[in-house]
This record gives sequence, C-alpha cells and structure tokens, in this order.
Amino acid sequence: MKNFILVCAGTACESSKADDIYKNFLAEIEKHGLKDDAQVIKTGCFGFCEKGPIVKILPDEAFYVEVKPSDAKEMVEEHIIKGRFVKRLLYAGDEVGDKENFEASDIQFYKKQYRIALRNCGFIDAENIEEYIARDGYEALAKCIFEMTPDQVIEELKVSGLRGRGGAGFPTWMKWNFAKNAEADQKYILCNADEGDPGAYMDRSILEGDPNSVLEAMAIAGYAVGASKGIIYIRAEYPLAIHRLGIAINQSYERGLIGQNIFGSKFNFDIEVRLGAGAFVCGEETALIKSIEGNRGMPTPKPPFPAIEGLWGKPTIINNVETFANVPAIILKGGKWHTTIGTKGSPGTKVFALTGKINNSGLVEVPMGTTLRDVVFDIGGGIRDNKKFLAVQTGGPSGGVITEKDLDTPIDFDSLVAMGSMMGSGGMIVMNEDDCIIDVAKFYMDFCVEESCGKCSPCRIGTKKLYQYLDKISKGSAVEEDIKKMEDISNAMKLASLCELGKTAANPVLSTLNHFKDEYLKHIVDKKCRSGKCKDLVSFVVNDKCIGCTACKRKCPVDCISGEKKELHVIDQTKCIKCGECVAACKFKAIDKI
Amino acid sequence: MKTVEVKINGQSVQADAAGSILDAAKLAGTKIPILCAHPDLTAWGACGICIVKIEGNPRLVRACTTKVVPGQNYITHDPEIQKIRKTVIELILSNHPQECLTCARNQACELQKLATDFCIREVPYDTNIMDLPKDTSTESVILDPVKCVQCGRCALVCQSLQDVWALEFLERGEKTRLAPSADVLLDESPCIKCGQCAAHCPVGAIYEKDETDKFLAAVLAKNTHVSVQIAPAIRVALGEAFGMKPGSIVTGKIYAALRKLGADSVFDTNFGADLTVMEEGSEFVEKFLNRKGDLPQLTSCCPAWTDYMEKYYPDMIPHFSTAKSPMMMQGAMAKTYFAQQKNLDPKDIYSVAIMPCTAKKFEIRRSSDMNSSGAPDVDLVLTTRELGRLIKMAGIDFENLADEKADSPIGLYTGAGTIFGVTGGVMEAALRTAYKLVAGEELKNVEINPVRGTDGVKKGVIDIKGTAVKVAAAHGMINVKSILEEIREAKKTGKPMPYDFVEVMACYGGCIAGGGQPYETDDKVRAARTAGLYTDDAKSQLRCSHLNPEILHIYEKFLGKPCSDKAHKYLHTHYQKRPVYKK
Repeated sequence: MKNFILVCAGTACESSKADDIYKNFLAEIEKHGLKDDAQVIKTGCFGFCEKGPIVKILPDEAFYVEVKPSDAKEMVEEHIIKGRFVKRLLYAGDEVGDKENFEASDIQFYKKQYRIALRNCGFIDAENIEEYIARDGYEALAKCIFEMTPDQVIEELKVSGLRGRGGAGFPTWMKWNFAKNAEADQKYILCNADEGDPGAYMDRSILEGDPNSVLEAMAIAGYAVGASKGIIYIRAEYPLAIHRLGIAINQSYERGLIGQNIFGSKFNFDIEVRLGAGAFVCGEETALIKSIEGNRGMPTPKPPFPAIEGLWGKPTIINNVETFANVPAIILKGGKWHTTIGTKGSPGTKVFALTGKINNSGLVEVPMGTTLRDVVFDIGGGIRDNKKFLAVQTGGPSGGVITEKDLDTPIDFDSLVAMGSMMGSGGMIVMNEDDCIIDVAKFYMDFCVEESCGKCSPCRIGTKKLYQYLDKISKGSAVEEDIKKMEDISNAMKLASLCELGKTAANPVLSTLNHFKDEYLKHIVDKKCRSGKCKDLVSFVVNDKCIGCTACKRKCPVDCISGEKKELHVIDQTKCIKCGECVAACKFKAIDKI
Repeated sequence: MKTVEVKINGQSVQADAAGSILDAAKLAGTKIPILCAHPDLTAWGACGICIVKIEGNPRLVRACTTKVVPGQNYITHDPEIQKIRKTVIELILSNHPQECLTCARNQACELQKLATDFCIREVPYDTNIMDLPKDTSTESVILDPVKCVQCGRCALVCQSLQDVWALEFLERGEKTRLAPSADVLLDESPCIKCGQCAAHCPVGAIYEKDETDKFLAAVLAKNTHVSVQIAPAIRVALGEAFGMKPGSIVTGKIYAALRKLGADSVFDTNFGADLTVMEEGSEFVEKFLNRKGDLPQLTSCCPAWTDYMEKYYPDMIPHFSTAKSPMMMQGAMAKTYFAQQKNLDPKDIYSVAIMPCTAKKFEIRRSSDMNSSGAPDVDLVLTTRELGRLIKMAGIDFENLADEKADSPIGLYTGAGTIFGVTGGVMEAALRTAYKLVAGEELKNVEINPVRGTDGVKKGVIDIKGTAVKVAAAHGMINVKSILEEIREAKKTGKPMPYDFVEVMACYGGCIAGGGQPYETDDKVRAARTAGLYTDDAKSQLRCSHLNPEILHIYEKFLGKPCSDKAHKYLHTHYQKRPVYKK
C-alpha cells in the first residue's frame, strides 16, 4: 500500500526546519526509487506544537515527533522500505506506552479535542486545492448556490448558533442578516486575519493549513448577503499564510470556484488579499475598515455598524478566520448537527492556543463547555516541571485571569465573561507559581500601552498610567491609595473608551486585582514579591552556612560580593543586580533569596 | 428638518432626527461638556468626556457621535457620569503641562474651563509631559506638541475642511502626537498657513505667532512713522474680545484705539480692496471682453489659497489674477503714494496690517514682489486676537471709545471694499465695477445675491446688458477642489469653460472666520459677522469701488490707469509652482 508522509509545515515547525525535513524525504524517496510507494505531503499545523516538527506516516498512523532533517534517511529506510517503525521518534506518552500502532486520537493531547475549524489542518496539502476538494471542499458552496436561497443559508447559520470566534461572540447569522437586509449597490465580505493577541495563532494556522475553507466560506457569505467582493485583511508578518492564501486564491480562480459565474451559476465573487502592518487595533473591525481604506487604523464609533455602513460606506460583513472556517462544515452537516456540539449558548468548538508553563503547548480545538481543567491538565498535560498552577490568562490582553477555583467551570463565551475574562480569539497562557501576577499584569499592560491607537484619551492615557502604577508596585514604591487610583482609571477606561480594545484594556489590572489583591498588597505593603520576579523587591543574603569558598564571589558579574577565603561573605545590596548567579554558584545553600 | 421626540433627563424635546444626543441636549438647554467635538466638524468621539447614559442601557455612549433614537431618555448628568468625566479630564491634565499663566490660550482654553468646572484642584496621577520641540518654522503659526491633547480637531480641519493634509496623527499609544505628515516641519509640509488649526485647537497647542512686541517696539522707535491698516473682517469681530456681540461694527473704535496705541496714521484695508477691485476688475474685463488670457480668472486676495494653488494646482497659474491682495496694495501705497504726499521717507514708515488671518503673516514675505516700494510693503501683520491683546495691555476702554475716522488720502472706502471680508464679497465688489466697465453704466441693484450665502460653492450667471458672466465663489478649501477639477476637465477636453470668474477664500465663511479671528467661531458667529459686513455695506454712501473719490484721486495723481505699468509695478505680482513638500 502506498505510504503518505505528512510533514507539518506550519510556521512553528517550519522554523524548526520542517522544510528541510520535507526536502530530505523527497530526496530519500527519489534515491530509493520509491516514488510509487510513498508520497510526501506538506500539511498545515497538527496543533501539537510542543512536539514539533511532526511527521505522520499513513496508513500506519505512525506519529513521529521532534523530527530532525537528518532523520528522514532512517525513516525512509526503516519505515517505508522495511516496514519497521522508528521507535526513537515515535510519540511515547504514558497513554500509549510502548505501543507502536496507535491512532493520533489515542494521544492524550488529541483525546478530548473535536476538530471542525482545524478539520483539514495536518491532513491535507494546503497548496493543492484538489486535496481540499477531495475532503468535500467547495461542496458547501455548491449546495448553497444550487439548493439554498440566501435566506436558507442564513437560517442554517441561525439554527447552528455559530457565534463569532474573534472576540465577543456576536451571533454570525445576525451580522449576515443585517447586511443582507441592507440595500446597496455593493456589499463586502471581509475576513479578519489580523490576529494580534499575544500567543494566539489559530487563524494563522488555519490559513496556512486550510486556506480554501476560508475562501469557500467567504463566497458562501457573499452569496447569502448579496456581496460580490471579498477582502482578506491579514498582517504582513504572516508570510507563509499570505503565500498559501495566494496559491489557494489562484487555484480556486482557475477552477471557477471563485470569480465570475461560480460553478457556471450567475453568482460572482472575487477575493483579494490586503496586508496590514500588524497594529493590534486593526483587528477591531472599524479600524480594520479604515486601514483598508488607506487611512490610519483608528476605530470609529458604532453605530453605524459595518453590516449597515462599512467599507467605503457599504454594508460589510466582517468575520474572523476561525468563524469562516466553521461555515462550510455547518452548511454541509446542518445547523442542527452543530448544536449537538458545545453548550446551549455557545454551540460548536473553539480553538485555543495553549502556551505558557504547560507541558503540551499547541493548538487545541475542543467543544465549547470543556472545562479549563480538561484543557490544561488533560490536553495540555499539566504544569511544566510539576510546579503549582497559578492561573490562566484567556482572551489576550483584553481578557483576564482564571484561577484554580474556576478550573471546573465549562468554558464558553458567557461563562468566561462571568468569570471576569473573555473568549477573545482564544489565547490561553498558563502561569505557574514562578509567575508574579504583577509581572503578568505589567506584561499585558505594556502591550496595551504600545498597541493603543492613541485616538481616545481614556485608553491612550489610562493604559500608560496603569502601567506606571504597576511598575511602581513592582518596584516597591507604590502606596495603598494607588490601588484606588488604578480602579478609578480602569473604570473610566471601561466606560469612556471608544472601542472594545479600550474598554477592555484595563482588564489585566481589574482581573488580577479581583483575584490576587493579596499579592498586590504584599508588594505594596510588605514590599515582597512571592515569586521573586519583581527584582527590586528581592534581596540575596548570605547565611551562616557560608564556608567562604569564594565561588559566588567569582561568579558575581558586578563584583558586589566581598569576603576573604574561609570567611563569611557579604553581598552589597546597593550594587546587587539580583541576577541570582550567586545562588546557582553556591553549593552550600548559603545564599537566601528573601 | 425631520424631528423626533426624545428625552433629556426626562424632559421631552423635539430633536433633529438626524442629529446627535449632544444636539438634542443643546435644544433642551443642557450643556454636555466636550473637548474634541466642534460644531464645524463631524464628531469623531476621541476625548471621551461627553459620555451619557441611555436609560435602560448598561453601556455609556458618546453624546457627540450617537444619533438620537425616538423615545429614548438620555441621562446627561449624574454622579457616576460626572466622576468618570472628571477622571478622564484628570487623565488629560496629567499629560498636559501646567503652564497656564504663560500659555497663548490662558483664559481662552477649553481644557482650562473644563478643569475649572470640574473643580480640579490637583492632578491625582503621575504626570507624563512629552519632551518635544515647538515647531516655529512658519511665519504664521506655532505648533507646540507638548500642549496637544490629541483631540484631533486640527487634523480634521486640515484634512476634511481644508483638504490640505498638512497635519496628521503620528505614532501610536502614549506617543501619539499631531504633527505635519511625514514628520517634517510645518514650513516643509503642505501647510497653507490658513490657521484654521489654531482657530479650532481647544488648547494652546497651535496658535498664531504673537508679534505684538514688534508693534510696541515700532511705536517706541524714534523717527518711525507707524502706519496701520485694518482688514474688512476686523471691524465685525474685534468687539468680541471685549465682550461685545459678534457682528458689532466697531470700525471707528478701532481707528481710535490704534491711535491710542501709538499709530501715526490709520488706514483701512478696505481702500486697498477698492484698489484691488479696480485692478482685478479691469484685468478681468480685459480678459473677458477681449479674450486675452486664460479664463476663468481666479481671485488672488487670499494668501492661503494662493499657497494652495502654487502647491496643488500650479496649472492654474495662468488663471490667477496677478493683482496683489488688498493688504499688499495698501502697504505699497502707504510707502509710496502716501509717503510722497506727506513728505515722508518710506524708510521711516513702519507698515502694520491688522488681519483676521495667519497666512497674511506669511504673505508679506512670500516673494520679492512684496517689496515693491523698495522695502517690505508691509512690515508686520497682527491678527485680530493680537490687536485685542494690545488694546487690553494698553488699558484702553475699548467699548466706550468715541469713533474716529481713518486718515486720508488712502483711508476712505466704499461698501464694495467692506464686503471683501465675506465669502462672495470679492466677486460681488468686482462685478459692481465690472458692470460699469462692460455696460458703461452703473448697476442699479448692487446686491448680487447668487454669490451671497453659506453654500460651499455658489454659482451664478450675471447678466451684464445681455452678456452672461458665469461666476462662482467657493470657500473652505474642500469646496474649491470641485471647481478646479471642472476647470481642468474643460481644459483637457476642450469643452466650454464652466466659469468666467471664480472667487476663492480658504476659510469657510471667508475672512470673517479667518484663522486669526477671535476664538469660538461657529456658524452662528459667522452669520453675525457676515451680517455686520453686509450692514456696513448697505449703510455706505458709496458702494462701488470705482466711485471712491480717493481711488479716483490716486489713479489721477499717481497710478495713471488701472493695470498701467506703474500699477503693475506696485499692485501686481507673480506666481510659481512650489513643491507640496519642501524636502
């Protein structure tokens, strides 16, 4: 039987030389004359980025991880020629033990996942439209054009309960319906691929692994609302996604799946790609529109909503990549099917980008309603280095932290908001006991300071002030009243900012204050940082275990340790830069970090 | 206007169906504080101070950008809203230098007023004042980015009203600042010096270059004859600086005040305007009747417009009237004809012009033609605002000054000169005289209504004894473009020219709403000042420039005929193509 060698070619694996792996496989196959026996395919992201680069060989279901370019030779000679698994490269988690023959779905990371948006990622060659078509690609579009009226398409979406995956979870059918009912000579379908949350990369992965699913969905949207033009707004820092989108667009045009008289019908739909410069705010739909129009990307007040008055003043649908990726599946399987997955208020699945202090980082797609515990401890394999869980930040900088007590709450759009966070685009950053919550809030606030568009004063000035207070807290120079000031500023930002970015920009402070007020007070009142991340609040002191070996003294980069051989050493606190090198150098546990 | 019923704090009001909550509140007599919104501009919701509640809706909305919805009740003031507003103002103040006493906008600052109204006694937050230099590169305005509150009014004015695009937002987040596009200096930018940015800035971030010191030095200097002229639009606006109503005609008081300030002779730019009519009108009639030269003729009194044309539409140079502006003509005559008459050495004359305009500060040095007398024909331009301050500094009780008259022989003016200060006025004044030149008889009804009014572009066909003259008047640079494009199109395609004579004023409303006029100019103020000028015209005994005896005299004694060689030497100029960006 013919072997298929699937090489992950997502951005993460590519940066770990997946392209070389792919080329080496081709060379080996060529060398051994195995062209008829094996085919090498570059796929999109498998999601299991922690173990990348991943190579999967079918039909044996061999799941190879952390593959290097030099492994291609052995893998071809052993697996393809001799039919023997290369054991040292096979995934070997506890759940599969010594087994060679196991399905990917047996792997803990995949067990609780359910893939709709990522259905083709890691299965097909994104650069070959035939592979998408072979997996029912463009069938949903054909079904819409030939078997459904625009109203029926929207009705199907309504039944499905699909909510926008880009942030607030607005019902997709409603947006479409607004735009459909708006009278205009031209309407637009925009795909928001300006993914900007730190750590989130699901949209990039979908575009890299399955770009046609988005093109198809945009055309479906065009059919449903009466639009003949689609634009994908994508950040220029996603070169691979842009490249593959370009290929997909060309191939779909060649086959008449996009363009004039699609499938020979009267329906026309063109798609073009517009590059953004990577401003976070351009993911906000009104700012995105301004950017496409050639203006500075700054949000405008809503109403008017884009569905009524959007790009060039025309009715415009803006959905993000993941939302679109769900649409063809819903059309083909029916809205009802979609409601069988997920929760009542949030049907379907959600892709999360799991990162931080976790064993299995990567992209995971789970039914809505999965608990955070399942995501972090089952799929994610728990906290790295057996450390203690501290919190998870969801929703990017606009979201908030979720703590131990909420780990068993089923997560969906509404429950996350109830927990003081939000879905956002699905970034999920896990923190452990080594993290300092002030430091985390500072990180996000720094991001907001940089990424505020500068238009409205509450956000532009508020973010900076909040950052300054956090900075003071981390340096031990804040006073208790500063918390009250931070709350006042946050409240003003929440209520008086113009766009959602500004309204939620104080969340890193509000959420951490809500869950970790004690840590704030510890920093402010006791001038102590539990984790030691806030260096100004930490001091290194030599205790009486010191034997005067001078190891620390020799290691100190700023020469702030004094003491003769065999005498107790002393650290000059005024010079110490708190790098911790002395602690690492001491073999006698004679230096305390306090 | 379609109206709908909404409630402002429970009080029913019939609001404009297309209007905002802010408009509706105004109708109900409720004042919602604002900083970025301005009646001249499409609200864009930047500052976050005008937030209000819609009853039953948990979110706050911006009153300036939110349209009224019939039946809704808007809560404009309650303790929670006031607290948020106060916090936002405190945040803005924390990034704003506390230099009120030495600020150009001291006591005329909208932020200062908000701070007063909200009882702010201290700024509770750490301050972050930008460390950026002032841009003093132009003769007209100074941009101080440190004082900027990023409300965006200047950029909106520059882009959406003036279509100049000299100002833009640069950088992001806390570093956001308003600056010339591409981060060049203002002088290197497309800036046309109209000063509308300064007129609309709520704080002291862009303001006219104050040159009152130069005036004080000139009157102190020995053997210096300080000769001052006042522009048409000053007489209906300066009173505002002293608490008088917009549109109050204070011409005689200004003459008196100037003499008290030390002016040796006081003239009126309206005389210069009459002279302009003679030159520009004759130039037009020559082109129009004899088909010599390019039609339509475009007026050239407005230096901001001239600068715009040289940068953006240099292909219009052949259409430009070569006549100088009234101010430059007046200055040239002060240093030549007047000097001769009074036996003064032109070198001893210090020629000052009081103008409603910041671009005039730039105009006096725009080319060597501005030195036709051998030295600068106008040495100093002060705006209306600067004159107001000089009068206050001198402790003059302006309101109670007895009226005085201008000096002769270049001080007498007609109503035609007066209306130069309002959009359509230059055209109207020129047509009154052109009619005489073409038809050989006086125009019976001198009020030419097609070119009056507030429409951005006014078009009309004037019948001069069976000859149709197609005219247009545009004001506010954004409105000029369409006309220029029509002319370009006609030139390109060889189709008949849509116009014979076009008047352009860079500022919306004309000079009465110039960049150097008293603050808080809006449509109401524009209307009042306009009415003031038209009233002054209507009351004038002479309403046509060619009937001004001092004008007749100056031609007889000094200039010869309109457009004579001598007239060309002193009263006409040249234009040149200039790059939009200097670098």
